[in-house]
Amino acid sequence: MKSLEDLKALREKLQSDIRVRENDGTKIIIGMGTCGIAAGAREIMAAVLDELAVRKLKNVQVQQTGCIGMCEKEVLVDVVRPGEPRITYGNVKPVDVKRIIADHVINGRIIEDLVVGKMDDEKI
Amino acid sequence: MQHIRAHVLVCGGTGCKSAGSGNVIESFKTEIDKKGLSEEVMVVETGCHGFCEHGPLVIIYPEGTFYCQVTPEDVAEIVESHLYKGRIVERLLYHEPLSLEAIPSYKDIAFYKKQERRVLANCGRINPEAIEEYIALGGYEGLAKALTTMTTEEVIEEVKKSGLRGRGGAGFPTGLKWSFAKASVNTKKYIICNADEGDPGAFMDRSVLEGDPHKVLEGMAIAAYAIGSDEGYIYVRAEYPLAIKRLRVAIAQAEKMGFLGNNIFGTKFNFTLHIKEGAGAFVCGEETALMASIEGRRGMPRTRPPFPAVAGLWGKPTNINNVETFANVPLILQKGADWYCTCGTEKSKGTKVFALTGKINNTGLAEVPMGITMREIIYDIGGGITNGKKFKAVQIGGPSGGCLPESMLDLPVDYDSLISAGAMMGSGGLVVMDEDTCMVDVARFFLNFTQSESCGKCTPCREGTKRMLEILTRITEGCGRDGDIELLEDMAGKIKDSALCGLGQTAPNPVLSTLKYFRHEYEAHIYEKRCPAHACGKLAGYTITDACRGCGICAKACPVQAIAGKPKSKYVIDQVVCIKCGACMTACPFKAIAKG
Repeated sequence: MKSLEDLKALREKLQSDIRVRENDGTKIIIGMGTCGIAAGAREIMAAVLDELAVRKLKNVQVQQTGCIGMCEKEVLVDVVRPGEPRITYGNVKPVDVKRIIADHVINGRIIEDLVVGKMDDEKI
Repeated sequence: MQHIRAHVLVCGGTGCKSAGSGNVIESFKTEIDKKGLSEEVMVVETGCHGFCEHGPLVIIYPEGTFYCQVTPEDVAEIVESHLYKGRIVERLLYHEPLSLEAIPSYKDIAFYKKQERRVLANCGRINPEAIEEYIALGGYEGLAKALTTMTTEEVIEEVKKSGLRGRGGAGFPTGLKWSFAKASVNTKKYIICNADEGDPGAFMDRSVLEGDPHKVLEGMAIAAYAIGSDEGYIYVRAEYPLAIKRLRVAIAQAEKMGFLGNNIFGTKFNFTLHIKEGAGAFVCGEETALMASIEGRRGMPRTRPPFPAVAGLWGKPTNINNVETFANVPLILQKGADWYCTCGTEKSKGTKVFALTGKINNTGLAEVPMGITMREIIYDIGGGITNGKKFKAVQIGGPSGGCLPESMLDLPVDYDSLISAGAMMGSGGLVVMDEDTCMVDVARFFLNFTQSESCGKCTPCREGTKRMLEILTRITEGCGRDGDIELLEDMAGKIKDSALCGLGQTAPNPVLSTLKYFRHEYEAHIYEKRCPAHACGKLAGYTITDACRGCGICAKACPVQAIAGKPKSKYVIDQVVCIKCGACMTACPFKAIAKG
């Protein structure tokens, strides 16, 4: 450790490890109601966490939510990018997770064929 | 490596630990393992969150959900419901006492809303035993900036500009103190951190050491650089085992990372730190007694001058600051004096941490901007008086401070306004008292404390406090004499003028401030032989009220035949014969007997 720059570089690196405590950045919200879990929400969760780890996306938050009533379309996965509407994807399979993260979470392109709902910020 | 999606922060401060947070942490680890979540959820033991009244506290991120009074039995439900299914466990949330509304996020709790957490910013947010988490939040950047981009004069100038004043009690400007030590010419100088926190009810220094020890180390290193010292001591009382443990861990980590040791940040600056465990004598918080104790001598103060800045530890120039003062320093260097000044009053800048104790709903630690009113601290943050009782007084500044009555509640809290009101900032202990507290008894309590902690070196303190305590004791026992108040005032003035150190000079303060604001209570004790708060046992008398039906049961119950009267008319207690046992009150079927 020789300079302020060295320290700041180290800080950048370490910051991501406690990023979860900031409550900002893009959110991926997985439906973890009984219906969701029965439809395989835990597998989706595992796939999401794996993909985030592979891509080192430490500023993305993963949260869960309960049943929102669209049990037919579980597993439901929501993506909320800061300042953008909340997009809900339905019938998500583990194979879809890579696409959701690559296209939407990283690049902001909504995957229209999986979308089942859009919500503006005010309605959330 | 897996993506960690949730952090479970469990408070590991002394308050929560004694409430059982150790077991809560263990339960979290087992339950998380059972559910197969150990790869995706991390459990972190943090320092104190300050809301000790509701401990053990658990905060779960990313949601920032705040759970209170969590027991090991609750953990399975939290893991199943919150961590597995994403549903908040409503019953464990904090409920606002008035609206009974459940508050999920801790930022919305009234206790935290009016606070400005700077010194305590990391307490409860990071793992105090992981230097990485401190660095991740900007730790050691103040030191790096000072060492690599500023001269020692610039550092002192910055601290002077910030207006930082000593948080240990007297409020001496920190930058000025440093400049004295810097001006002393010597090849060897010392830095000492005074962590001998001894005021009854004060525990902010302990919480800072337990929750964010690196901040204190960084502050000390900056001070050492500024005055030209290469060695420091942390004088911490042995009664703080957790703080000592975490300090040792922190020092070892800082040495390994090169923040302590030789050639720090590639400069010529060397700094080593030692911990000295004190035996817990109150007088060792006085700087000259503290240094005597480090040197291995009996902890007794000596006359000043020479001041420590000229001849301190082992006769070398020494700079002593309190824990909270040092914890403010990294912020000033990192963010600049101008930022620091954005908060506070004209002559008292920044924030102050107060320990709220006594008859207050939200016991705990609160960091507030200087200039906030006492009313805001007690009612908005502290949640008011327990059991809906009436506020009577607040004791501020520990045994050296004073008691302020309700009329002073709107006083802005800063160093100078408190002094002019007859109290002092002290280390920041706030003991809140309700209508059931006798102010003479409070004065007696604090004087009893200073009297037993007096080191005995100088006569005014050793003998004077003892005599004052005798007078106060006899007043509370109903044996006060005409002239006692005047005698107390006279002695208080003389002790203040002639005692050797701060302990003796401030010992009469609780008596003087209660005399100033609650003189009528002293008079009631002495001349009417009654205690207005009904707190002094020996003065408690019983009287029969108009609710008496004349049944005579009390007269039969009285063991000394002090009650007389005619059937069907009001009975009377002979106060001279009465032994104040209270048997009549228990016996009366009509609640017609009052205490007082």
